[in-house]
Parts: sequence; C-alpha cells; structure tokens
Amino acid sequence: MRKGLLRAAVAVPLALGLAAGGLRIAAQAQDKADAGEPPPRVIKLVAKRFVFTPSDIVLKKGQPVVFELTSLDFGHGFKIPDLDFRADFVAETTTTVRLTPQKTGKFEFLCDNFCGSGHEEMDGSLTVEE
Amino acid sequence: MLNRRDFIKLAAVGGGAVFVSGLQGCATAASSGVAATDFHFVQLSDTHWGFEGPPNPDAANTLKKAVATVNALPMQPDFIVFTGDLTHTTDDAAVRRKRMGEFRDIVKGLKVQDIHFIPGEHDASLDAGAAFKEFFGDTHYSFDHKGVHFIALDNVSDPGAQVGAAQIEWLKADLAKRDKTAPVIVFTHRPLFDLAPKWDWATRDGAQVVDVLMPYPNVTVFYGHIHQENHHMTGHIAHHAAKSLIFPLPAPGSQEKRTPLAWDPAAPNKGLGIRDIAAEPARSAFTATELPVRNA
Repeated sequence: MRKGLLRAAVAVPLALGLAAGGLRIAAQAQDKADAGEPPPRVIKLVAKRFVFTPSDIVLKKGQPVVFELTSLDFGHGFKIPDLDFRADFVAETTTTVRLTPQKTGKFEFLCDNFCGSGHEEMDGSLTVEE
Repeated sequence: MLNRRDFIKLAAVGGGAVFVSGLQGCATAASSGVAATDFHFVQLSDTHWGFEGPPNPDAANTLKKAVATVNALPMQPDFIVFTGDLTHTTDDAAVRRKRMGEFRDIVKGLKVQDIHFIPGEHDASLDAGAAFKEFFGDTHYSFDHKGVHFIALDNVSDPGAQVGAAQIEWLKADLAKRDKTAPVIVFTHRPLFDLAPKWDWATRDGAQVVDVLMPYPNVTVFYGHIHQENHHMTGHIAHHAAKSLIFPLPAPGSQEKRTPLAWDPAAPNKGLGIRDIAAEPARSAFTATELPVRNA
C-alpha cells in the first residue's frame, strides 16, 4: 500500500521534469531496497562541448547506477554501444537515467548527437569490474 | 549507346590508376514504363569546404581539383550528386552561409550543371538544415532518370541522426507510386546500418528505413560520411560508401579513435577520390569506378 501511494505521489510531479526525476529514482530505489537489492550509486556526468566529465568511469558488475546527466550547453547524447544503452542530455539542465551493467569489460561511450567541430572526439570509457 | 565495357575503358583512359568495383545488381528487366538506356553519373562526397588543419594542408585546393577531375572525364556524366558534408561545420551561422556560397561558386565550374545535393551533419545538424535549404533546396526528394528512381534521404538535419517518422512515411508513399521491380538508388550521408556505432557511423532509425526498402528487389544505396570506400549488404540491398574529398579516415573500428589518416606531402591526394557509376537500368546493374583526384 505504501509503495502504491509513493508511485501515485510521483505520478504528477514526473511531468515537471528535474525534481520529478529524483523522486522517481527515490521511488525505484525504495522498491529495490524492499527487494533486497543494493541502493544505486549516483554518478554525476557533465557534458560540455566537447568533453564528458568524468570521461573514465569504473563500475561494479550488477550494481545499479544512477547517472545524473548535466549539460552545460547542448543536447548531447550519451551512448554506450556495447551495452545497447543510450540517453539524451537536455541543454542546461539535469536529468537522470539508470543503468545496471551485467557484464565486465571496458566499454566506450560517446556523444551521438552532432554538437559541432569537436563532436567526433567527444567520448569516454566505462570499465565494469567484478 | 555507352555500354559498361566502353565506360570502364574510357574511365581508365581518363583517370590513370583505376579501381573498378563490381556492384550488386539484379538482372531483372526495368519495367517502370520509362525507356531504360545506359548512362552514368558521378558521386562526390565529404568535401568539407572550410576545413583547415594538418589532415589536409591543401584543403583550399582539393575541391577545385575534384572539379577539374570530373571535367576531365572523357565521357561527361548525365548528372553529379554530392552526398553530404559539402561544408565543414561551424557554430557561426554567417560563416556557414559564407562557406556554402563559396562551395556553390566553385561547383559552378563543373561542366555538368545537373547537380543534386544532400546535406551531411556538418552542413545541417546545428541549424536543422536551414542554411542548406537556402542554398541547395530540399534535404530529401526524389527524381527519375532514364528508368531509374533516385531517392535522396536526409539523416542529418536531426542532430541525433534520425530520418524521422515523417520522412519515413514520405519514403513509403514515394516508393508506393513505383513499379516494385524498377531499379531504385538511394542517396544518404550516413550509413543506414550500424557500420561502427562507437564512431557514430550509423543512423539511429536506419533499420526502419531498410525495412521500408526491403520489399523492393532492386535497391542500391550510395552514401558518404566515412571518408573511404566500403561495401555492405543488408539482405539484398547493397550499400556503397564513397571516398571523401578532404581526408581519409581509418577502416571502421580498426583503432580506438576515428582520427584522420596522416597527410602524405608526397601524395597529397592519397585516399581521396571520386566515384563514377555506370547504370544499366534494363538489368538494374550499376558499376562503380573509383577514380583518384587529379592535380588541377
């Protein structure tokens, strides 16, 4: 019943954007905690022409991660081809996306929304460890 | 009438070292109702007018040399198509238009003035194709030539490399008007398949476009973007990437970064090229001849 109320509580704010994203993750985290899963690790990823900060990220296999995506200038893309994952940054705001890597290795990510003269060099890497 | 053997012979005479690629083509009769006679056309790609940098210190001359190369062909093509990245990207809208104007002035020097343009992401992604449209017209369109249906698709005006639902619906309607077995050639800038997603060599909704094309048995795609010759099949549909006219890039996924290949001062045109395509509509057959850029 409590979880149902929590979902209902975030349904309306979801349409409002940033704050709602945080609430949604909080709700999901509560759900996962109730299911005995570890809480997500939060990683702040900042995009600015033509750099991701940080550009090298180390994760644990199976550990949920919440990326807080902040763009300082453009609607950059965040694509990890080998994990079949992508999301969009929203210019001059912060959004959140969730990822739970299920395989180990080093995976490159890149901006896949053309953003200008340095677009081809805007990339980084995720290393997923056991 | 020019046949394929004559054409290749002529191209060899005119271009020096020539690499001939036999392209996929189905031996079915064109039945579009239009007289199908052999012809040829030229594909030029990725001229990046306005680029400056070590990968091509001769960039101010390369486009002019490409124009001279085409003008020196012993048999002039019926038409010429530029498959995107006519200009190098800039954040400055005025500079973008200046580059497009300069590019347009230079290609006015081509003897053949039946020219079709499509945009690349460097031309169109930062302003949704606005400047390109001012100078070169629509970013997607179709036309017919001697029994072949040509379709130009725009997969760059959306910075996310999406053709988009509206254009896909337009494509469906355009194809539906045609005889299903007639030869169709599609021009795009980016590959319509996942050639190298980690280098952004893909179209986000390219698979949907290929699905729309798949029921048509005689479709061939010519594209640019990757600055090198490449050939790939999705089912029966052949996709052929052209060399660039600014600098070559490494083979797809062959190294960590997609950095341009080093410029060779002893061979400043190395890795650059133009493509001459001989069409035999009656057999839905197309033969590409890769020609080097000549010194002007």
